[in-house]
Amino acid sequence: MPAAILIEELTKDYAVGFWRRRPYRALDRLSLAIEPGEIFGFLGPNGAGKTTTLKLLMQLIFPTSGHAQILGRPIGDVAVRHRIGYLPENPYFYDYLTAEELLTYFAQLLDVPAADRRRRVSDLLDRAGIGRERRFQMRKFSKGMIQRVGIAQALLNEPDVIFLDEPMSGLDPLGRKDVRSLILELREQGRTVFFSSHILADAEALCSRVAIVAGGRLAATGRLGELAEFEIRGWELVVSNLSPAAIERIRPATTRITEIGPGRYTLELPLAQAPERLIPEIAVAGASVVSLNPVRDTLEDFFMQRVAEAGRGARAGTGEQRARG
Amino acid sequence: MPAPENSVRAVSHIALNVYRESVRDRVPYNLVLFAVLLIGSSYLLAQLTAGQDVKIIKDLGLAATSLFGLFIAVFIGIGLVSKEVERRSIYTILSKPISRPQFIMGKYAGLVLTLAVNVAVMAAALYAVLAYMTWMESADFKAAWDTPGVDPALLKALFLIFIELMLVTAIAVFFSTFSTPILSAALTFGFYIAGNFNADLRNFEQVVRSPAAAWLARALYHVLPDLSAFDVKTQVVHGLPVSAGYIWSTAAYGAAYIAALLLAATVVFSRRDFK
Repeated sequence: MPAAILIEELTKDYAVGFWRRRPYRALDRLSLAIEPGEIFGFLGPNGAGKTTTLKLLMQLIFPTSGHAQILGRPIGDVAVRHRIGYLPENPYFYDYLTAEELLTYFAQLLDVPAADRRRRVSDLLDRAGIGRERRFQMRKFSKGMIQRVGIAQALLNEPDVIFLDEPMSGLDPLGRKDVRSLILELREQGRTVFFSSHILADAEALCSRVAIVAGGRLAATGRLGELAEFEIRGWELVVSNLSPAAIERIRPATTRITEIGPGRYTLELPLAQAPERLIPEIAVAGASVVSLNPVRDTLEDFFMQRVAEAGRGARAGTGEQRARG
Repeated sequence: MPAPENSVRAVSHIALNVYRESVRDRVPYNLVLFAVLLIGSSYLLAQLTAGQDVKIIKDLGLAATSLFGLFIAVFIGIGLVSKEVERRSIYTILSKPISRPQFIMGKYAGLVLTLAVNVAVMAAALYAVLAYMTWMESADFKAAWDTPGVDPALLKALFLIFIELMLVTAIAVFFSTFSTPILSAALTFGFYIAGNFNADLRNFEQVVRSPAAAWLARALYHVLPDLSAFDVKTQVVHGLPVSAGYIWSTAAYGAAYIAALLLAATVVFSRRDFK
């Protein structure tokens, strides 16, 4: 079975500057293979090249070099778009169409049989949480509602591969939860989902695998828990009813103690300090453990580190500033 | 390659969507309403000039149809493609199984449909005013008319006006595939005005001394469309003959020009990056 998405050495240069045109590399030799049925998180800070990659895959922009395939077909093949869905970042539709009309129009372009069209449009709008508003012209829609319509239109043709560019953007917590459960539903149906995000929590809850891009380059790829960059670097223990005497006793084993309420403390432990050994001591002192969590580098830490590295590399190298957008 | 019937279907879906959008955008309504009022008021104006009445109505009616059609063609035409790019609605539409040439053709066909409906409404209004006049005036008054009141020959002028509007739309669509709406509007109006004086460019070398200026005029004469060819208003109003051969050859000239413009628009559009 061919990869659902195969990206090989994909590169995109833009010419920047008005008088002296010089190339700016938005994406640098990206290679990835995504298997059918995977939920793949494409992560990176703003301006890392996520949207550029998605636009290249959708042929909205053309690569400077490299190539890509979707479902075994080259991305230039218009026919393959019958089998894919795409939600652009911050989508926008037509002011004077209602949500229902827009979806019907797109369903026509996707050759959804006329007999199915009405039912499918109505089901998807239900699923996306658009109620009575489906009969309103979309110029009256909020950003979150437009986003929901955007997600619905990406699923009209029951696609095998779905590309979502920042699907949680513009949504309230309830909306984010809806999108998460929708993506999990798509996984259960065996569809492939490729989604970009700059929020780690989204990826942790959903993805079988992730790729991290920074500065237009692939920085890491793998299962989130297995990535060396996200290894545990210590523990965070929250306790209550801890007496001042007990605090002094356990202080040498911690890196920091923060009071978060009366008798309630957050204890930060180094990786070398096994929490199992400290917990009995806390119990003996009459305190109780509220929670214990491993402390990992966050995606944000990772981004900061990579961005700083990219900045150093640029200064040490050609001296050319990498614009970000 | 998609099957031809699918291709046509995709283009027609896009075209119908353009039509629906432009109708709801109300701009054409305002323009048509204004044109209809103008045609109606020409009736009042004609009351003031005895004997010239029917000519004035026909003149004003045809001129209004042409002018307001021009506004619709330019103002909607320039936004057809550039608005989609600016507002990024192009991202979703192009991710559907349609090619970029189909997108351009659909947009163009949609605006031509909008124009056809508008020109038909304006023509109907003009004929209604003329019919009312014919019915009201006395027989000896009508005897002074060169042409009948409800003259089918007006359709010749209306047909060529429509072809000219299709051509202007193609110019607007061509510019809007690569430039901003304001620049497209300026360029399209520029083309329209220059196109109307095209015949003068041919004779330019007889009045200028500079060979460079003469060469430039000659080059412009070949590149710009000759829009004055589409204007048979005066002949029709005064009952002068306009041969079928002239009408069809002018229409064919328009069609060839439109085809070239749309081809250029699809070539430009197909290579464009939507950043």
